[in-house]
Amino acid sequence: MADSDLKALTAGLDRIEFEETAFTNPVPLNEAKVAIVTSASLHHPDDEDFAPADTGYRVLKSQPRDYVMGHWSPNFDVTGFALDINTVFPIDRLDELVTNGTIGSVAEEHLAYAGNQFDLSAVRLDSGPAGAKFLKEQGVDVVILTPV
Amino acid sequence: MSTLAHVFEAEGIATVALGSIKNQIESTAPPRGLWCDFPLGRPLGVPLDPEFQHRVLSAAFDLLSSSEPVFAEYDVSIVDDGTEVMACPLPPRHDLNAHPAIDEANGLRPAYERAIAEYGNRVGAGRTVDAEDITTAIDAFIRIADGVPWKEANVPGIPARVSQDIRGYYETAALALSDHAPAAWAGTRWFLDHTEAGKVLMSARQAMADAGEKEPIWFYMAPGDR
Repeated sequence: MADSDLKALTAGLDRIEFEETAFTNPVPLNEAKVAIVTSASLHHPDDEDFAPADTGYRVLKSQPRDYVMGHWSPNFDVTGFALDINTVFPIDRLDELVTNGTIGSVAEEHLAYAGNQFDLSAVRLDSGPAGAKFLKEQGVDVVILTPV
Repeated sequence: MSTLAHVFEAEGIATVALGSIKNQIESTAPPRGLWCDFPLGRPLGVPLDPEFQHRVLSAAFDLLSSSEPVFAEYDVSIVDDGTEVMACPLPPRHDLNAHPAIDEANGLRPAYERAIAEYGNRVGAGRTVDAEDITTAIDAFIRIADGVPWKEANVPGIPARVSQDIRGYYETAALALSDHAPAAWAGTRWFLDHTEAGKVLMSARQAMADAGEKEPIWFYMAPGDR
């Protein structure tokens, strides 16, 4: 069993090819509000767990940092996140980047989706735009996207 | 991740997408993509290493200065060669009348509780089966391994989800039995290849496959290359 074997298994997952690449020029990073969006299916313990093939998102508050892994796939290492949430969701690192002036601020709320989807159309047409609207309403300028 | 990057950019949010699988991030072409050759489950590379994580973030945020779509490769790789295994002492037999896997799971409970106290329950039991019921779940898989059809074995939930709870219970307990951050997959190999519960789970999975059960029912009980 090796990581490379599992990466090869993802070759059959759904992929959407966009004819045009949308592109937004950000505000200066030291003025930007930054949010994390992860496909690691994280959620707070009292929030709804992800169902199989769940294309929705969960809101991750910056506090409390009690995130749990809700992913259905067994195809990734779990001990990295178990030891340190920043291995997947680098919220402490973003706080430090605010302190040293690299970024402007950290969003109070972030998003988690479930990766490894076999059908991405609902993410493209529904939950993706809804998540973007949610973040825009918070004034988020920049998103760092992290997988598992 | 890349689909979300495209959607968010179209809505006016600048993005940087990290990717662990090169051909995936290349083919999906997010507006700003950074391929980090790190094991699955560790997109920032190294747990408990803020400096390493900051270097990854710095490389990612550097892409924001590009005035057009950009793809970059992070200059450090972390390669799993498939051999490293956590070295965790397993508890001695306590109840010789119990199945070895049941006895083992009970014996690991103090370590599990220590790990939960230190790190919180991030990947441990609780999705379907709480820690106090882990042995009930293992017992169901013992019955399946012994030939009982899975629908008659009283599995306390969807087998894949229940097996995740068992794996999470063991890999969380392992963190309290190790004095360093394990390499990626070292805990999974320990669980599947070196514990009685892991052997039971794999035997049950094989029994379900041999019985002709639908693949999605048993396949996701373990990593897909097993």
